[in-house]
Amino acid sequence: MLRYVIKRILLLIPVLLGISFFVFMVLHLFTTDPAALMLGQHATNEQVAALREELGLNDPVWVQFFRFLSDLVQGDFGRSLMTRAPVLDEIFSRFPATVELALAAIFIAAIVGITVGVVSAVKQYSVFDYFSMIGALLGVSMPIFWLGLMMIVLFSLKLHWLPVSGRIDIGMEPVHITGLYIMDSILTRDWESLKSALLHIIMPATALASYSMAIIARMTRSTMLEVIRQDYIRTARAKGLKETVVTYRHALRNALIPVITVIGLQMGVLMGGAVLTETVFSWPGIGSRLVDAILASDYPMVQGSIIFIATVFVVVNLVVDLLYAWLDPRIKYS
Amino acid sequence: MDNLLLNVEDLKTHFFLDDGVVPAVDGVSFHLRKGETLAVVGESGSGKSITSLSIMRLVPAPPGRIVGGRITFAGEDLLAKSEKEMRDVRGNRISMIFQEPMTSLNPVYRVGDQIAESLVLHKRMKKKEALEQAVEMLRLTGIPSPEKRVRDFPHQMSGGMRQRVMIAMALCCQPELLIADEPTTALDVTIQAQILELMQELQRQMNTSIILITHDLAVVAEVADRAVVMYCGKVVEEAPVAELFENPLHPYTRGLLNSIPRLDENVDRLFMIDGVVPNMLRLPPGCAFAPRCPEAREHCRETAPRLTRVAPGRLVSCLLVEGGAA
Amino acid sequence: MAELAKATVETAEIDELHSPLREFWRRLSKNKLAMVSLVFLLGLTLVALFAPYIAPYDPINGIMEESLQAPNAKHLLGTDELGRDILSRIIFGARISLRVGLLAVAIALSVGTVLGSIAGYYGGKIDLIIMRFMDIMLSFPSLLLAIAFMAVLGRGVENAVIAISIVTMPEYARIVRGSVLSVKENEYVQAARAIGNRDAAIIFKHILPNVMAPIIVRGTLGISTAILETAALGFLGLGVQPPDAEWGTMLGSGRGYLFNAPHLVYFPGIAITLTVMAFNLLGDGLRDALDPRLRQ
Repeated sequence: MLRYVIKRILLLIPVLLGISFFVFMVLHLFTTDPAALMLGQHATNEQVAALREELGLNDPVWVQFFRFLSDLVQGDFGRSLMTRAPVLDEIFSRFPATVELALAAIFIAAIVGITVGVVSAVKQYSVFDYFSMIGALLGVSMPIFWLGLMMIVLFSLKLHWLPVSGRIDIGMEPVHITGLYIMDSILTRDWESLKSALLHIIMPATALASYSMAIIARMTRSTMLEVIRQDYIRTARAKGLKETVVTYRHALRNALIPVITVIGLQMGVLMGGAVLTETVFSWPGIGSRLVDAILASDYPMVQGSIIFIATVFVVVNLVVDLLYAWLDPRIKYS
Repeated sequence: MDNLLLNVEDLKTHFFLDDGVVPAVDGVSFHLRKGETLAVVGESGSGKSITSLSIMRLVPAPPGRIVGGRITFAGEDLLAKSEKEMRDVRGNRISMIFQEPMTSLNPVYRVGDQIAESLVLHKRMKKKEALEQAVEMLRLTGIPSPEKRVRDFPHQMSGGMRQRVMIAMALCCQPELLIADEPTTALDVTIQAQILELMQELQRQMNTSIILITHDLAVVAEVADRAVVMYCGKVVEEAPVAELFENPLHPYTRGLLNSIPRLDENVDRLFMIDGVVPNMLRLPPGCAFAPRCPEAREHCRETAPRLTRVAPGRLVSCLLVEGGAA
Repeated sequence: MAELAKATVETAEIDELHSPLREFWRRLSKNKLAMVSLVFLLGLTLVALFAPYIAPYDPINGIMEESLQAPNAKHLLGTDELGRDILSRIIFGARISLRVGLLAVAIALSVGTVLGSIAGYYGGKIDLIIMRFMDIMLSFPSLLLAIAFMAVLGRGVENAVIAISIVTMPEYARIVRGSVLSVKENEYVQAARAIGNRDAAIIFKHILPNVMAPIIVRGTLGISTAILETAALGFLGLGVQPPDAEWGTMLGSGRGYLFNAPHLVYFPGIAITLTVMAFNLLGDGLRDALDPRLRQ
């Protein structure tokens, strides 16, 4: 098992290299001259040329790439053209908000999706099954940003139950430990902050979760239906086990194996969706920062955020694969 | 009859499908004594597996349902029991082994844990104690180095090994009755003999009664005391095994016997019963076997025969047998 | 007599050729949801084609005096901040959404099919290079990659089509490669090779027709993904630019009027949801009809 883990981690290196190369080349080949961008419209050609020389933009492409790469390895992602702050600092200040939102969403999607899927399978063709499958169809068809807008209209503007936007009420931020407000407020027993953070996150997280929730519910239902028909379920019943034990201990554990893979795949969907949800709810995460950067042609920021998000995504996928290997004893660690 | 363990009377289990009702088990009666091995013989679709699932009250519902009859086990009416009371019987007093050892064990749990689960449930053992008992059960079923194998996952074992695990699992609570549904069909011939021998050996040690469900008369000859032959959800013949082989009364039984390959006879081709099992949705009005029966007469197609005692311990359901039409 | 027999054989062969199609249609037409979706999409296509004749108002130039009206008899779905009729804009929006969806899938499907076929058919180093590249592209969340491409390509509807085709292409390449690998070793392909057919002819005539089913199904479901991503890009301000009517862009600009005119965001969202749902249901129906074994 340990050897398998090490091997998988080593395999990450070429993938991450590829990602960096890819992002670098695409941005290098297609974007307008960063020197011109940095200096603005009134710069003279000489000024631009001087800055190009200074930035090393006249060197051959591969020299530029290796310089870029060695900077990356040392944690230097360049500086934002908008704020002049180091890109990595910006990313780290924004990242916890996105992590908190994504974790909340995957948590909601997995818990609700698996529960609905299991109940639908156990009570196949019931009213519950019927309605939850209509819900799942809506979930995969509705744009999450529209769902977000609808939730704001209903819960914030009409019912006044939940705040329209943001992460927490101003001045309520808990003491910084992990950067995740919910976690920090629990750790510091700051219940007022916790309440505020929860009220703020519930809508964006649910909207972000909706698509994945639907996919997970469908997948759980169909694998449960398949597993329930297996011989070993009959064996479990013949042992005299209670139906709930048969369903949860014997069937669900087997059905979860493919579901875990799907949950892993949903992480990518969630990270794409986070860009939209963060924009809808003005959530101060990395996704909304990326959109701002693109709209402002802040290309070191764009480059840095994309490489960062892709790296996180690849690492998350690795963790999911390892979890999968641990859940399914039939997988050989080779 | 003292030392009677199980008595099945006029059992009816029907399947309610969109296209109609399938009488999978239709008025089946038989009994079983303590320590006895009863074979239930028939082709696939004859209702023998549904009969065993009915005794366990594990008929898949919907579409299946036990619609009539009585099952008395050790003096208790199984069909009157609540689901909770029934769970105390399953795996504890009546156990089952299935045909497919490859798929009958849960792939994500270690075999030891799967055996221990029954002991924890029914014998109120602690997990550790149950696992030690599981090792003993594996040793009893002849699995080499059981203290290591107890930690194996099912996919690490061969088919024969897995069937031994199934037997260990079924017998760990020392049930009074073991129902073995085609326990050797999926196995190699050499392994088949070992498994049958093991079952007989353990039966002697534990004084368990066995219902052996099979389509294979060679297996019946080897291990069973008595046999019940089923066709289309009904019992067509019942007899002690020796007499059944010596003097089969029902044409269907004769057909089955003729289809056993024999080493001592040089036959060019295996005798097969002509035709196929009829559609259970549209059974013929007379004897269900009549369309395939080489000896059928006109009235066989019109009048349904009844199971009738023709000699001590011998019952048959055929209009052609003397007294069979009564 | 011999000729008659030959003729009968030929008709029998023609029947054989037609019967899978008929069988497919018979199965599809039994699926009510798929048929409703098909009718809806055909209707939507007609609406898109004849938008200038159907739409009651000009979608671009509004009447400022009538801005931000709630749905009423004159404007069935109300008007937006520039006094434009929302129903008319949704009708014209159907043009963009359908065009972008179909075009993006067509491009992605063609490029993906070519790359996937080459990778699967030739194997070896070419396969390795192509598929590694696809793997790297798949290692990005697809919407994020589309956003990145919009960042370098610039905003606008053509670029949205290109970005969406690029990010969805690897998936088609993967499916085609897998299917090609599975039929490549079949005897009829070996036979075609043995009689000296060129590789391209073998791929197009003998291999691809046999892997069409999963490609068609994936393509239909892919249209809904493409429509959703177009809308998302439009919503973020990166896709179709104002004043053009596109459902996602309409949601993006309507967002600023949530408090006093929420109807601006109701109807474009409903339009997207219904269209995407129809493509999803049709895709599921096609899958079941093309390959009953895949059915649950």
